[in-house]
Amino acid sequence: MSKLTPVLSAHWDERDSHTLAGYQRHGGYNAMKKALAMDPDAVIQMVKDSGLRGRGGAGFPTGNKWGFIPQGDNKDHYLVVNADESEPGTCKDTPLLMANPHVLVEGVIISSYAIRAKHAFIYIRGEVTHVTRRMLQAIEDAYKAGFLGKNILGKGFDLELTLHIGAGAYICGEETALLDSLEGFRGQPRLRPPFPAIAGLYARPTVVNNVESIASVPAIIDKGAEWFASLGTEKSKGFTLFSLSGHVNNPGQFEAPLGITLRELLELAGGVRTGHRLKFWTPGGSSTPIFTDAHLDTPLDYESVSAAGSMLGTKALQIFDETTCVLRAVLRWTEFYKHESCGKCTPCREGTWWLVQILRDLENGKGSEADLAKLLDICDNLLGRSFCALGDGAASPIMSSIKYFRDEYIAHLTNGGCPFDPVASTLFASSKAGA
Amino acid sequence: MTAVQPQTDLITLIIDGFEITVPKGTLVIRAAEQLGIQIPRFCDHPLLSPVGACRQCLVDIEINGRAFPKPQASCTIPVENGMVVKTQLTSEVAHKAQEGVMEFLLVNHPLDCPVCDKGGECPLQNQAMTNGRGESRFEGKKRTFEKPLHISSQVLLDRERCILCARCTRFSKEIAGDPFIDMGERGALQQVAIYEKDPFDSYFSGNTVQICPVGALTGAAYRFRSRPFDLVSTPSVCEHCASGCSLRTDVRRNKTLRRLAGNDPEVNEEWNCDKGRWAFQYTMAKDRITTPLIRENGVLREASWPEAIAAATKGLQGKKAGVLVGGRTTVEDAYAYAKFARVALGTNDVDFRSRPHSDEEREFLAAFVAGSKVRYSDIDVADHVVLVGFEPEEESPIVFLRIRKQVRKRGLAVTAISPWNTRGFKKLGARYVGVVPGGEANAISALTLTNQSVIVVGERLSESTGALSAVAEIASKSGAKIAWVPRRAGERGALEAGAIGNLLPGARPVADAAARVDVAAAWSVDSLPATIGLDSKAILAAAAKGEIQALVVGGVDPFDMHDPDFAGLDSAFLLSLEMRPSAITERADVVLPVASVVEKSGSFMSWEGRTRTFEQALPESLYQSDLYLLSLIADSLGAPLGFNTVRGAAREFGTLANWDGARPTFSGKSTSASAATTVLASWRQLLDNGSLQINEPNLSGTARKAVARVNAKFAQSLGVADGDLVTVSTDRGALSLNVEISDVVDNVVWLPRNAVASQSLRMLGALNGAEVKVRKGL
Repeated sequence: MSKLTPVLSAHWDERDSHTLAGYQRHGGYNAMKKALAMDPDAVIQMVKDSGLRGRGGAGFPTGNKWGFIPQGDNKDHYLVVNADESEPGTCKDTPLLMANPHVLVEGVIISSYAIRAKHAFIYIRGEVTHVTRRMLQAIEDAYKAGFLGKNILGKGFDLELTLHIGAGAYICGEETALLDSLEGFRGQPRLRPPFPAIAGLYARPTVVNNVESIASVPAIIDKGAEWFASLGTEKSKGFTLFSLSGHVNNPGQFEAPLGITLRELLELAGGVRTGHRLKFWTPGGSSTPIFTDAHLDTPLDYESVSAAGSMLGTKALQIFDETTCVLRAVLRWTEFYKHESCGKCTPCREGTWWLVQILRDLENGKGSEADLAKLLDICDNLLGRSFCALGDGAASPIMSSIKYFRDEYIAHLTNGGCPFDPVASTLFASSKAGA
Repeated sequence: MTAVQPQTDLITLIIDGFEITVPKGTLVIRAAEQLGIQIPRFCDHPLLSPVGACRQCLVDIEINGRAFPKPQASCTIPVENGMVVKTQLTSEVAHKAQEGVMEFLLVNHPLDCPVCDKGGECPLQNQAMTNGRGESRFEGKKRTFEKPLHISSQVLLDRERCILCARCTRFSKEIAGDPFIDMGERGALQQVAIYEKDPFDSYFSGNTVQICPVGALTGAAYRFRSRPFDLVSTPSVCEHCASGCSLRTDVRRNKTLRRLAGNDPEVNEEWNCDKGRWAFQYTMAKDRITTPLIRENGVLREASWPEAIAAATKGLQGKKAGVLVGGRTTVEDAYAYAKFARVALGTNDVDFRSRPHSDEEREFLAAFVAGSKVRYSDIDVADHVVLVGFEPEEESPIVFLRIRKQVRKRGLAVTAISPWNTRGFKKLGARYVGVVPGGEANAISALTLTNQSVIVVGERLSESTGALSAVAEIASKSGAKIAWVPRRAGERGALEAGAIGNLLPGARPVADAAARVDVAAAWSVDSLPATIGLDSKAILAAAAKGEIQALVVGGVDPFDMHDPDFAGLDSAFLLSLEMRPSAITERADVVLPVASVVEKSGSFMSWEGRTRTFEQALPESLYQSDLYLLSLIADSLGAPLGFNTVRGAAREFGTLANWDGARPTFSGKSTSASAATTVLASWRQLLDNGSLQINEPNLSGTARKAVARVNAKFAQSLGVADGDLVTVSTDRGALSLNVEISDVVDNVVWLPRNAVASQSLRMLGALNGAEVKVRKGL
C-alpha cells in the first residue's frame, strides 16, 4: 500500500466525508484561510511552483493558465470548473465530488481569489443527480459558513459560486463549448483565438479548469509547493487519481504519484480478473490510443505515455482481458463518438458516421482486408483535421487497435463474424467462472 | 474616394513559394486569392465572420520555421510576418487533407445533382471536381430527411443536401439581425432549424439562398424551374427602391426566371432584399398592355402606332399641358419627360412626386439635395446617424444593412425620431426619440450634431410641416450631411433630370435666368419657360379647373397621392404611358405601352445620386422606352427632343454638367403643433400591396401582418387587448384591423399605408399627423 498517496481521497471512507464538519475535521478550509492572507499573485506563483498540470486530460500547467489572465484590466474575471465528466472510462470527478465536494469549493475560493474572479461556476454533468445534490448542499453550507458570498473571512473578498447543470452532451466538456452552453447557447466549440483567458465566459477573461485540478489546490497551499513537487516525476509532478475499471478484481480510484506503472496499479487493484490476462487498456479514457500488456511498465506520467504513443488523458485505465473482442470495444466507442459529435465540423461529423458503418460491417464479417486500409485512411483524414480535439479522440482507438490487433480484425473476415463469445467478457460470466 | 487613406500595417508572407504583402489582419485564404491561388472553401465568406467549420480550406503553415503540427483552416488564420503557407498546390498533406474533407462532405450528400437547382453553379459540385478524389469510397447508408421543409413561404430547406457550413445562420444573425434560423440537433443529424413559434421572418432571407454553397436552400419560386446553364445573365439594377442595388437578372427564353444580388462593395456589397430578389413577375403579367390604345366612344380600342402617335399629337397640340412623371422612371426617361415638358409643351408644370408632397419639400430638394453627393461611405465614417421620417428596414433596406454593419463594427450611434420604435430601429440599437407626427421639427432642433453626422431624411418627412426646415437649419449650423432617401428608385434621378417644376436638368434653378440660358443653349432652343411650374397636386387641380387642358402621365398611380383631383384626370386630354391597366389608363384618351426595366436599358440614380446603369435583359423585346415614344410625339409636334435612344438621352444629359451657379435659397417653414387628439402615423412597409409586387404569393407570404399599432395606455383607454379589432376612421372612410400593442407614442395609432387590408391614404384620405377616430370593434 506504500505506493498510494491519498490526499484528495484520504477520508473517503468516513461516513460524513462529504459534509462541512467531516471536511473541517481534517483541516478543511484552513488552506483557504492561509491563501486569503497571501497576495493573490503569490498564490498563482505557488501553484506555478508546484508544477500542477491540468488534470482534465491535456496536462497544461495550471499556474501558467492562471497567469494568462490580464490583471488590472477593470474587467470581471470568471473561474469555470469543468465537471462535465463524460468520456467513456473516465470516472474520477464524480466519486471525488460525491465523497468530498468541499475540497472543490475550497479550491474554487482559493483559485478565484488568485485570478481575481468574483463569480465562479461549476458546470456539472446533468446525469449525476446524486452528485449535484451533494454539490448544492456543500455550496449552501459554505455560504452559511461565510466561506462564500460577501467579504469572505472579513478579508474584503467577494465570491459567488453557481452550480450549472449541463444537459448531457459530451462536447460540453470541451472548454469553449462548455462556455457557450453556460451562456445559454448550444454547446459547440468556439474559434480560438481569442482564448478563454482573454475572452471566455461573456467575453471576459476566464479560467476553465478540471475539477481535480482545482481540488488539488488546497493541498498545495496547505502543504506547500515543494511538498507537491516532491511527488511524481520531474515534469509530471504531484499525485493524482487513477481510475481503474473493467477486468480488474478491485476497480476504483487509486490516488498515487504520477509515474506509477500499470503493473503497480494492478497490484493495488488485486490484479486482472482472476484466471485471465491483460489484453489491452486505455491509459486515459477511450479517446487515448490503447496500450497492450507490452506497456505494463510504462510510467504513467505525461511524457512517458506520450513517448509510448498515447496520452495520459484523464488517467482512466480501462482494463480489458483476453475475452474481449477489440473490434467490438472499438466499435462501441466509435458509436459513442458518432452520437456525441456536435456536428460543427465536417471530419468529425461525417467521419464518425462513416467509421461506425465500416466497423459494423467488419464486426459482422463483411468486407475485405482492403477495408482496413480504408479505415486507417479515413482515420488519417479525421485525425488532426477536425475543429476540436474530439475528432482526434474518435480516430485514436481505431488506429491504435489496428496497430496492435490487425490479425484480430482479419479474423472477423475469415471467421465470417466475431470469433469471440461476448458473454465471456461480461461480469456475470466471471462470477460464474469464479463460483 | 476619401482623401485620406487609413495607414495600415503590412505583412509579408510566402504562399506556395510566392511572396506577397497584404494588410495586417488579412486571412490566409484572402492573401492566397490575391496571388490567384484558390483554396477550396464552403463556410468561408468574406462578409461573414470566420467559423472554420467545414475544414475544406486546410493548408500547411509554418511561422519563422516553426510548423504547425497539423494543417490549419486558412479561413480563420490571419497572416503573420515570416509565415510560409503551402496550399494543396505545394503540400501533399494539405492536398490529402482537402480531398479527405471533400470525401467526408459527400458521405451524406445526396447525388441528386441532375435535379438540383444548384447543379451547374454549385460550389460543392465544382470543388468536388477540382479538389476531390474522383470517386467516393463510401458504400454505406446516407442519412435521409423529409424534404423540403418550408422555413418560410419563400425559402425551402433540403436538409439532405445541407453541408452545415452555417453561412445562412451567420448571415441571418450577423448581417440581417434576424436570428430566426439556427442549428439544431447534433452530429450528422445536425440541421438548420427554425423556431417553432418564430418563423423565418426576414426581409433579407433570399441572401441565404444565394450564399448557400449547395442546393440546400432554394427559393420557392425558382425551385425546379431551370438549369443555370440555360440562363442568360445580364447585370442589372434594382427598380424597387432608392438603395441602388446591383443585381443580376437571369433570363431563359425571354422570361425572367430569377434575380440575384450583384456584388458592389460600395453600395449593396453582396446583399439585396427579398423584394428586389423576388418581385419581378409584374413584367410578365398577363394584363400587360401590348399595343397602343385609343379611346373611341368611351371605350379603349387597339390602334396602330402611327394612329396612336397622331392621336396623342392632336390631343396635346396647342393646349396648355402638364406632365406627371411618377417616381419609377429611369434617369433617361425622366430627362425625356423633363425636356418634353419644356420643349414640346412649353411649360414647367412637371412633377415626379406622385405621392404626398409639399412646397417646402420642393424647395428643400432644390436647395440641399439636387446635385449633392452623400454616399454610403459617409455612413461608414459617421459619428452619428439620425433617422427622421424614415424607417430604413422598410423603406430602403440596404441603407439599413449599412447602418447596422457600422453599429456592429464600431458601435455607431443611431437616433431614430419616429412615432413608433420599430423592430428595425431596435436592431440598430437606435436611441429612440418618440414624437407625435408633426413634432419632428422640435426633436430635430434638439439634437447635437457634428460635421461627421448624417441626417437621413425620408420622403414622408414632407408631411410634417417645418421638419425639413429644421433639418436644413441644424445641418447648416453643425455641418452635418443630409441624406434624402426617397422610396422609389426613380425619384432622385428625376430630380436631377429636372422633372420638377422648380429645377431644370443638372440642379439648375428655373428662376435663374443664367440657368435657363444654359439649358436653352444645350437644347438649341430660343428660350425656356421662366415661371416656376406647378406641383403634381396643383397640376391636377388646374386640370379640374380647365386651366390645364392636357396631361401626359407616365407610371403614376393616383391613389399614391393625397386627395388626388380625379376631375382633372377626367376632364383633360389624358395621354398615358403605362405597362398595365390602372386608374390612369381607365381615364386615358391615348394609352401607349412602355417597356419595363428588363425590356430596356437605362440607369437609376440611387439616393446617393450615384448613377446605376443597366443593360436590356430581354434584347428581343418589342416594348419601347418612354423616351422613345416621347421623342416620336415631340417630332410630330414639331419640337424634336434631339434624341430617341437611351444612349442619346444619357449622352445629352451627361454633357449638361451640374449647375455651378448659386443654389436657390431656402426660405423654410415654421412648425406648428397639431391640435389633434388622436393622430395617425403611417408609412409603407417593404412588402405590401405595391403594383410591382403582384403575382408573387411566396414573397407576399413574408409580408408583415397588417395591424393597427397603439401603445398599452391607448389600448387600455379603448378597452382593447392585443389582437382585438379596432376601427380607425376619418370623415372620408374607415378601416378595421387587429390591434398589436406596440412601442408607439401616446395618442397615436399607426397603420400600414399600403397593405391589402389597410390603404390608409386611399381609404382614410389621411396623412401623417391627421386627426383620426379610433374605436373598439367594427
